[in-house]
Amino acid sequence: MPTVRIQQEDFDVGVEIARLRAGRPEIGAVATFIGVCRDRNDGATVATMTLEHYPSMTEKAILSIIGDALIRWKVDDATVIHRVGELRPMEQIVLVVVVGGHRGDAFAACEFIMDYLKTQAPFWKKEQTANGPRWVDARATDDEAAARWQADAAVAQRNAEKPPIQRG
Amino acid sequence: MVRVLYFARLRELLGRASESIELPPEVSTVGALRTYLMSRGGVWSDAFAEGRAVRIAVNQEMVQPATPIGSDDEVAFFPPVTGG
Repeated sequence: MPTVRIQQEDFDVGVEIARLRAGRPEIGAVATFIGVCRDRNDGATVATMTLEHYPSMTEKAILSIIGDALIRWKVDDATVIHRVGELRPMEQIVLVVVVGGHRGDAFAACEFIMDYLKTQAPFWKKEQTANGPRWVDARATDDEAAARWQADAAVAQRNAEKPPIQRG
Repeated sequence: MVRVLYFARLRELLGRASESIELPPEVSTVGALRTYLMSRGGVWSDAFAEGRAVRIAVNQEMVQPATPIGSDDEVAFFPPVTGG
């Protein structure tokens, strides 16, 4: 069962990995991603960052992304934790952990979940900089990163439809 | 009454986080609701102007402008998301 938590408090990656692996000797791969708060962005120094979200939608959106990943790759389970509220540089923001039999699918599923979270999960960052507060703009590169998975799926679909290569 | 929510920069620009709106008969899609809100003028026409990237969710799911709405729905307007 996937776990999604939206919280103000910090998280411990070791605890979360142990929880996902408990009682599962079939797990051979654990892929993790941790997003952390930087002290700079778009040419300005960032003092603090405030994360706002849409409470009733956030968990639902992330569970749906994890659900897609569990269908698409051979992985067993995943945990996503995303912090909200005020964060300072060096603090952890987001955690994705995926466990499965082998690394290839675990890596891919972890990256897919993160790419979709970036474009589909309703969070917004506001930075406090030396020049005052500003909302962070969405990046085109994030949309491209998410769109890449659709292109991959389309290619896989086309390949599946091709007749098998005749070997002489 | 449709429950309408605004988030992040939109919420600040419009000076409110939510409101309840009695849908006029001609407003049957979320795209039409956006146009209706724009017609309020002032900050509303600026916030919802054509070319402004506004994402829309109906009952907590992201949708396209042609998506129909009914009176019990929760509609949210927000800028492109920037989490992670």
